[in-house]
Amino acid sequence: MIQRNRLIALTAAALAVPAILSGCAASSGSSGSDDKLSIVGFSVLKTANEPVISAFQKTDAGKDITFTTSYGASGDQSRAVAGGLHADEVHLSLEPDVQSLVDAGLVDKTWDQNSTDGILTDSVVVFLVRKGNPLGIKSWDDLVKPGVKVITPNPESSGSAKWNILAAWAHAAQAPGGNDTKAQDFVTKLLHNTVAMPSSGSDALASFLAGNGDVLLAYENDSIEAKAAGDDVDYIVPNDTLLIQNPAAITTDAAPAAQDFLDFQLSKEGQTLYAKAGFRPVIDGIKTQVPGANDPSDPFPTVPQLYTVDKDFGGWDKANTEFFDDKTGTITKIINGLNVGS
Amino acid sequence: MTTAVLSQDTRAVGRGRPGVRSTLTKGSALGLGIAMTWFSLLVLIPLAAIVATAGDEGWHGYVDTLTNPQSWAAIKLTVGQSLLVTGINVVMGTLIAWVLVRDRFWGKRLLDLVIDIPFAMPTIVAGLVLLGLYGPRGPLGINVSNTPASVTLALAFVTLPFIVRTVQPVLAELDADVEEAAASLGARRLTTLRRIVLPSIIPAVAAGAALSFARAISEYGSLVLLSGMLPYRTEVVSVRVLSFIEGGDRTSAAALATIMLGVALFVIVALDVIQRRMARRG
Repeated sequence: MIQRNRLIALTAAALAVPAILSGCAASSGSSGSDDKLSIVGFSVLKTANEPVISAFQKTDAGKDITFTTSYGASGDQSRAVAGGLHADEVHLSLEPDVQSLVDAGLVDKTWDQNSTDGILTDSVVVFLVRKGNPLGIKSWDDLVKPGVKVITPNPESSGSAKWNILAAWAHAAQAPGGNDTKAQDFVTKLLHNTVAMPSSGSDALASFLAGNGDVLLAYENDSIEAKAAGDDVDYIVPNDTLLIQNPAAITTDAAPAAQDFLDFQLSKEGQTLYAKAGFRPVIDGIKTQVPGANDPSDPFPTVPQLYTVDKDFGGWDKANTEFFDDKTGTITKIINGLNVGS
Repeated sequence: MTTAVLSQDTRAVGRGRPGVRSTLTKGSALGLGIAMTWFSLLVLIPLAAIVATAGDEGWHGYVDTLTNPQSWAAIKLTVGQSLLVTGINVVMGTLIAWVLVRDRFWGKRLLDLVIDIPFAMPTIVAGLVLLGLYGPRGPLGINVSNTPASVTLALAFVTLPFIVRTVQPVLAELDADVEEAAASLGARRLTTLRRIVLPSIIPAVAAGAALSFARAISEYGSLVLLSGMLPYRTEVVSVRVLSFIEGGDRTSAAALATIMLGVALFVIVALDVIQRRMARRG
């Protein structure tokens, strides 16, 4: 009797598991339809995309299209799409996050063969400081002075931090008489001055706005948005910094309207709207007022020496391995060694 | 907790070896089946998956994780702070439970209600509130942000209710007559506390401590903004795991998670053993 009851229990369990699992599978296999676009983007885009989407819906191509959007940390978003989150277009913080979708067969490998090399929005690495810049921060060298408290997200977990650290590296490596050894010293000093390493760019901004630190390494567009929102901060565009390039791509099973939307985003109208949100346009001839910029009528001053990942680091593939590999990366090693002598 | 211990004891007396013969009826067999299915889907299968992923690189995956100085620092910080906070909770939680059960004062009902807020509040909000109060712009002039003390503070906040809520009902059930009898027989207050009250509440304290410790070693949200997550100083294990995942290194993430699973299991079992010892002596 007891044996039989145990058998019933086991049978019930055995029957229930596949039933429930197959139920899950059936519901997760949903796919998009032609008049619905699913946009998966990195966190900062949330506010920037809203006006672009509503402007697109006023055009002929976009008038019957409805949107679902999802925003979060770039790496998380990329993994979510690879893991089955439906997306017609992805707009991510850095190229490797799109590359991993190419590897997963979800984005065609020709995605970056358009007029802007697959890039949809640009920005640069800037210094966000307290209102009035009380410490007189002007250049990268000011950040490594004793007692300056720097905040940057952690490059081990955040894409935006990688831009920051590479910018600092380029500053020291490309300066007259600069080399890799000097760059390593410089970044080590910078990280010793770092008082907080939150795991994402938005956490770092929140920490800075709560009063932590003297300088936050940030995107220019984030800084413009913070100023426009009335936060008590200023931002400094240094004379040499790194160009941040955010890629966008259409997925292989995207609805036809996705290409129309991407074209609109890259059009004069779309880029003007992104510029208003603080992003540097990827096409020429955009002139607009940008509230929150240091000079709203000349919002994006030309940076005398602008580094790029392609030109100065040989592309993301190489830079990622060389600097951020979890065992042998130069920056990983510097962070691992922070304990010594700190 | 007390009833569980009692029922086990009676079974032990009645049958010699507990748990060998089954008492399942048809209905309860179905119940057990459903319970086990649910438990497997939610807990056992995911846990097994974590352990399996961690084993991808064999033993050296664990050795690599443990010998990585940054991970090791994170483990030390997390376990150390969790033990410290659990210790604080054992004292403060029991005290709060005592006050709530035994004393009458203005605002008691409100306090009783507010105790649960750390449970209900999204932990990231808790972190923001703590940063506002004990951060660089805090009105109290105390700034713990980005220091190891911030980890203590955040963990103490999120784990506070555990011991209060496990001890409170046991204290409320405790018969005051017994204490009065002890007093009338000449026992001093301290003796009564030690011989009568403590033995009754120790299982509850231990259960609460186990929950509190387990919650503390896994905390993430409240530390996001408060601790600064500085490697070697304020970086806890959950942040380290996140870094591994973000970096695409799932094996290391799973290995570290499995190590913490082991630590949690060890502490929970240790607390249970201590609790049984103490209960037997009382």
